[in-house]
Amino acid sequence: MEHLLKIEGLDVRFNEAAHALRGIDMFMDTGEIHGLVGESGSGKTVTSTCIIGLLPVPPGKVNSGSMIFKGRELLKLSEAQRRRLRGREIAMIFQEPARYLNPALRVGEQITEMLVLHQGLEKQQATDRALEIIDLVGLKGGRKILRRYPHELSGGMKQRAMIAMAISCNPSLLIADEPTTALDVTLQQQILKLIQSLKQRFSMGILFISHDLAVVHEIADRISVIYAGRIVESTTKARLFEEPLHPYTRLLLLSIPDAGKRGTRLKTIPGTVPDAEHIPSGCAFHPRCPLAQEICRHQDPKTVNYGKNGEVHTAACHMIGKKWIDS
Amino acid sequence: MDRFVELKALSKQFHGPGLLPQRRGGTLAVDRVSFGIEKDSVFGLVGESGCGKTTLARTLLYLEAPSSGEIWFDGTLLGELGTRELRRFRRRMQIVFQDPNSALNPKMNILHSLEEGLINLGTAKDERRRRIVELLELVGISPAHVRRYPHEFSGGQKQRIVVARALSMNPEFLVLDEPVSNLDVSIQAQIINLLLDLKTEFSLTYLFISHDLHLVAYLSDRIAVMYQGRVVELAPTDELIHRPLHPYTIKLFSSVPGIRGSILKQQQAAVPAGQQKAATTATGCPYYEQCSRGDAACLQEEPQLRDVGNEHFVACLKIEGNIPQN
Amino acid sequence: MQVLTFALRRFGRLLLTVLLISTIIFFVIRVIPGDPALVIAGIDATKEDIQAIRAQLGTNRPLIVQYLGWLSDIVRFDFGTSMISSQPVGQLILERFPITLSLAVMGIVISILIAVPLGVLSAVKRWSFWDYLGMVFSQIGMAIPSFWLGIMLLLILAVKIKIFPLFGSGSIRHLILPALSLGIARAAVLLRLTRASMVEELSKEYVITARSKGLTERMVKYKHALKNALLPVITVAGIQLGYMLGGAIIIEQVFSLPGLGRLFLFGVYQRDFPLIQGGVVFVAVIFSLINFIVDLFYSIINPKIRIR
Repeated sequence: MEHLLKIEGLDVRFNEAAHALRGIDMFMDTGEIHGLVGESGSGKTVTSTCIIGLLPVPPGKVNSGSMIFKGRELLKLSEAQRRRLRGREIAMIFQEPARYLNPALRVGEQITEMLVLHQGLEKQQATDRALEIIDLVGLKGGRKILRRYPHELSGGMKQRAMIAMAISCNPSLLIADEPTTALDVTLQQQILKLIQSLKQRFSMGILFISHDLAVVHEIADRISVIYAGRIVESTTKARLFEEPLHPYTRLLLLSIPDAGKRGTRLKTIPGTVPDAEHIPSGCAFHPRCPLAQEICRHQDPKTVNYGKNGEVHTAACHMIGKKWIDS
Repeated sequence: MDRFVELKALSKQFHGPGLLPQRRGGTLAVDRVSFGIEKDSVFGLVGESGCGKTTLARTLLYLEAPSSGEIWFDGTLLGELGTRELRRFRRRMQIVFQDPNSALNPKMNILHSLEEGLINLGTAKDERRRRIVELLELVGISPAHVRRYPHEFSGGQKQRIVVARALSMNPEFLVLDEPVSNLDVSIQAQIINLLLDLKTEFSLTYLFISHDLHLVAYLSDRIAVMYQGRVVELAPTDELIHRPLHPYTIKLFSSVPGIRGSILKQQQAAVPAGQQKAATTATGCPYYEQCSRGDAACLQEEPQLRDVGNEHFVACLKIEGNIPQN
Repeated sequence: MQVLTFALRRFGRLLLTVLLISTIIFFVIRVIPGDPALVIAGIDATKEDIQAIRAQLGTNRPLIVQYLGWLSDIVRFDFGTSMISSQPVGQLILERFPITLSLAVMGIVISILIAVPLGVLSAVKRWSFWDYLGMVFSQIGMAIPSFWLGIMLLLILAVKIKIFPLFGSGSIRHLILPALSLGIARAAVLLRLTRASMVEELSKEYVITARSKGLTERMVKYKHALKNALLPVITVAGIQLGYMLGGAIIIEQVFSLPGLGRLFLFGVYQRDFPLIQGGVVFVAVIFSLINFIVDLFYSIINPKIRIR
């Protein structure tokens, strides 16, 4: 059975010098929330930009790879064809709703314009449908909400409005780029619950991008960890947190503070995330890796599936199976 | 007995836009906050946006003048000091802000940024240079880069420089307002470890403000929870995570996603979402509208912080406790 | 309701502004050298003649008395009588106003018609031919004084090729060249503003959202971005209209248009106090009114600052 989205070897550069994506391999299915976890500069936003087709083509350039969405190769589509997919099949929600909503248009208009454009509804029908949708996302207030401008809504309501816009045409894939990062803890919880309910209701696949492992732990079914433009580990949530394979994943988990670690020093990852113009040779993580050996300096490891019993647990590392350092 | 830093009924009112003396509108950002911070401890302050924690931090350091209340630092009442004396006290209290980009002047290289405070102290040039090299090494920045400008450093490095600058004044008390929020996860741990090392080495006292509850629970000895300008709960960390009492504390801490389960040690019965009650007047408990336990009595009286044992204080009418003496 | 309070507050401010300005002018013109009595009396007049004229005009009274007298007239909308021409000031102004008004309105319309489309095009097709055209135009437009442009237009289109009349008034044709001179100069500034504003809006995050929704580029640019981009442009255009209404004095001189500008200019030459004062009050009111209307309009179309 084909995946909802399958990306293979996606390679993207900016202005030749910046190697933003160096061969991304990942897949996800309908009804799945897939967490894409990475720090800033890791390439997670570039990946999402490529999927939705908004990569600015100069300076960006896709050198190779494939993105197959519902059986169609996205990279072979024309701009017009890709535009038709946007909003209708692939939708996106963003981090700071205050900036990502048009301040001069009413909320209702920002929803109905999609329904009119993509589904050919009449204005009145579109408004009725918009009313249903905002109710679904927890925006109580009916027509009054539709008539409001974004700045008249609270932070949480703005985010819900953005979600309403995104799901209005029943997309098969929803990309959520750090949707809760700018929100308070209690609001974050509400939005996460909302997103989970959407998965059930609409049978869509959700690509949830975040730098926060705890949030991803809460919401994702499967997780891919991205570092310096490559997916270094990818598996189910349970396996990632119980048996992480890649040193980066393991160190990340060790470095996250929580109450249980009180009194002990946090494990840190020395150094910083490399920027796209200065990717280390061989395995990009080797300068920071406690397990690094000679081979790590020269050879970029291949992605191998270490999953048992038909499960998929991929990782790209030469040192899998070797003895781990003391925590 | 007063602690190293002591706040007594501290309030900060921001005025509304009116012309007349009785400015209409305006917000009471900090509302009669009282707590004390022990020397050499880490005091954590949590709350959601708008709760007043940043205003509290700024008022505590006299970056904004308090509207009322007292701030005691090492046994001295700050409000009674003249300008010059206040400046001397200020040197002992420093702040590290969230965004290193706005904390560092982009037009000054870091040598100048770091020198400023030392020049004010009247330090001689050679001594200044020596001290700056010392500070940079302390925070892990190579002194060879001292003439570089902020934009030439990464976020984590900038934050280290900001910490170095705060330390240049030899403070005893450091307010850290979201010091690692803008940084990547792997860098956060580095900065946190640095802060802990510095604390031990220089015998520092920290007021740590953050929205990252895991981090606060990890670092702090005591935690205060703020809601709409007031402290609603105050307790040692272990006590708080084992026995959270205020409905808001419970809601806040159980909303935080955690990899190893909830921060709260005991699984709390899920507090049902409070029915949105009608907006109330200024009397009564500020949390009434959201609270699932609230009733008419909660509108009548304003809850004060009550001692419930184990150095644990809660401001909730539904919880039994004793009003503290001071 | 809130729009009403906003309106009332602004109106109050308007009255205050006008009062302040006219009071200042009142005293200023009496302090500067120059005596209308001398102007009326002529070169050969005797001292007694001049004194007599002063008594007639009322300029021999103490300043405060003159001021209070004038103030009490103003509140009854009595602008007094021109010292030089003996005609009621109010009437003189109203006769000339339509011409200046037409000129100003035509000027701003021309301005907008040139600046906005070209500015938007420049922003949307940056570094293209249209963009360069726009930039060159705006550079030249800002450097050329409008009166020089006026004279050139006259030379070319009224003298050499007799399309337009050389001077006079009374029909639209008389206004086209002056309106063009005014409008082109102002268009330069407006164009730059439009371009900059549009470029800024196009780089904002909500434009990314709009694209991610699958909207056509046309919708993204002209429905989403343009609406925001025009906001500052409208404000500035409104203010420019205010300036033009004050009497585009030089243009009126060049084209010999009997407008307010010329009227006030001569009033100042001749130290015709009531005329000058009446003129200042009039211009202050008009300008404040325009600003007020622009602000009101702006607050209606910009949902963010509504009603504050």
